[in-house]
Amino acid sequence: MCMSQTMSAANGLYARRRRRNGVVLTLSFAATAVGLGILVLILGTLVVESFRGLSMKVFTEMTPPPGADGGLLNPIMGSLIMTVLGVIMGTPIGILAGTYMAEYGRFNKITHVIRFINDILLSAPSIIIGLFIYELVVAPMGHFSGFAGALALAVLVIPVVVRTTEDMMNLVPKELREASSALGMPRASMIAHISYRAARAGMITGVLLAIARISGETAPLLFTALNNQFFSWNLNAPMASLPAVIFQFALSPYADWQRLAWVGAMIITFAVLALSILARALSGSRK
Amino acid sequence: MSIQSMENPVTHIPNMTVGHVGESAVGKKEKVSVRGLNFFYGTNRALKNINVPLYEGMVTAFIGPSGCGKSTLLRILNRIYDLYPNQRAAGEVLLDGKNILAPGVDINLLRARVGMVFQKPTPFPMTIYENIAFGIRLYESLSKSELDGRVESSLRRAALWEEVKDKLNTSGLGLSGGQQQRLCIARTVAVKPEVILLDEPCSALDPISTAKIEELIDELKSDYTIAIVTHNMQQAARVSNFTAFMYLGELIEFDGTDKIFTTPSDRRTQDYITGRFG
Repeated sequence: MCMSQTMSAANGLYARRRRRNGVVLTLSFAATAVGLGILVLILGTLVVESFRGLSMKVFTEMTPPPGADGGLLNPIMGSLIMTVLGVIMGTPIGILAGTYMAEYGRFNKITHVIRFINDILLSAPSIIIGLFIYELVVAPMGHFSGFAGALALAVLVIPVVVRTTEDMMNLVPKELREASSALGMPRASMIAHISYRAARAGMITGVLLAIARISGETAPLLFTALNNQFFSWNLNAPMASLPAVIFQFALSPYADWQRLAWVGAMIITFAVLALSILARALSGSRK
Repeated sequence: MSIQSMENPVTHIPNMTVGHVGESAVGKKEKVSVRGLNFFYGTNRALKNINVPLYEGMVTAFIGPSGCGKSTLLRILNRIYDLYPNQRAAGEVLLDGKNILAPGVDINLLRARVGMVFQKPTPFPMTIYENIAFGIRLYESLSKSELDGRVESSLRRAALWEEVKDKLNTSGLGLSGGQQQRLCIARTVAVKPEVILLDEPCSALDPISTAKIEELIDELKSDYTIAIVTHNMQQAARVSNFTAFMYLGELIEFDGTDKIFTTPSDRRTQDYITGRFG
């Protein structure tokens, strides 16, 4: 009697726990389904809509006037030029700053300050970076330019690279540092040959993530590189970019422009996707 | 260093039980002399007025329970503690009569003279060959063939050559733990140091690898002055000529190894080696 009572009480408890588990499980599944569903919808729409506009012309012809035939050659090249330049300018600064924080300044108070400010920069709205470069470069020069665009992108690259460099170098075991110092290795040589080598995969991943981050940025480019109807190597003149063209074409009332905007969006999306996969593969191969 | 202290190496040690030093100490040159050494982690005093010699061409073992300061003492001898800003040493450590704690000492040159092998094997993320050649290139510019020769002789010294000679260009990280540790010893020997510090070099190794490293220590002592920290008292008894017993940051007793393990002068040493604590 007594025993069966405790048993049934236990069963009641157990049943309630089972029900609660079922509810939480269902909610988790539902949330995952919603998230994935939205992602699939976005990618699906992108592929379907851009498929109609996709042709070789996209990669060989300039952006057209409304109603004419054309492609996206100039914004693709513009985006590539400014992204590469931005990465070239931003990466060394980011890596050196991250190196200082992880190696020379590891125990300094200033490192905490730098890390805090860097985190703010990391999450700063990119339009503010655009305005900053506008004030700093565009206004004094008197005109928009590809160089200003690249500079704005470089400012966006720096905090990402600083963060990943510091994190990855902090993962290098202190035993390795001690062992190399114990051979009489000067600090700089230890950093170059031991720390960088041990942290290399992670640092490259950081740079790839930075590229992925800046290749879709629109706001900072609108204030700096603006846009250009034509192909241009001139960094001292306005330069086209995929995000700016998407912005302009998607807002336009012309169907052919809108179609090109879809194609541009797809190119960016898949470029970023490829970079992310590459970054993931690299950081995976480290283990 | 005074002649007096050389003749009778332990008489200048004030706060330590002075036993009858084994005969082997007489006439030996003090390669390293630790004098009145204190060490601080922040404000925490980890070593208290340590005095101890390392005799040239001898193996000196440091034993004692965990946290007694053995490793801390070892890490002062090549100033590796300098990597950490809140650690501070006060006192004197004389290497061939020159105080290495004095300002103006070139730390990298010091570390090239006083090599160190750590508890955990730490091969560099590069090939076996590069692991060894790297340290050599820091202070010498050798031709390719000279360098090859030095890499081989270092690996032979560390009793590793036969096992790796066919895979010198593969990563050092692919070796077993015992091989990695011997690689680290080879790397240390390759830069031709005068003193070698071994910080529990066998604690992460299996018995066979441990035996190999102990044999190695025995061979190396003819050319180097060796200090070894170990938790294993049998190991200390097997490999060392002199033994220092440390407890709670103090050096309790220093003497010939035979003497320490048979007739120690201090009760605490006696208790420790008989397993009553630690």
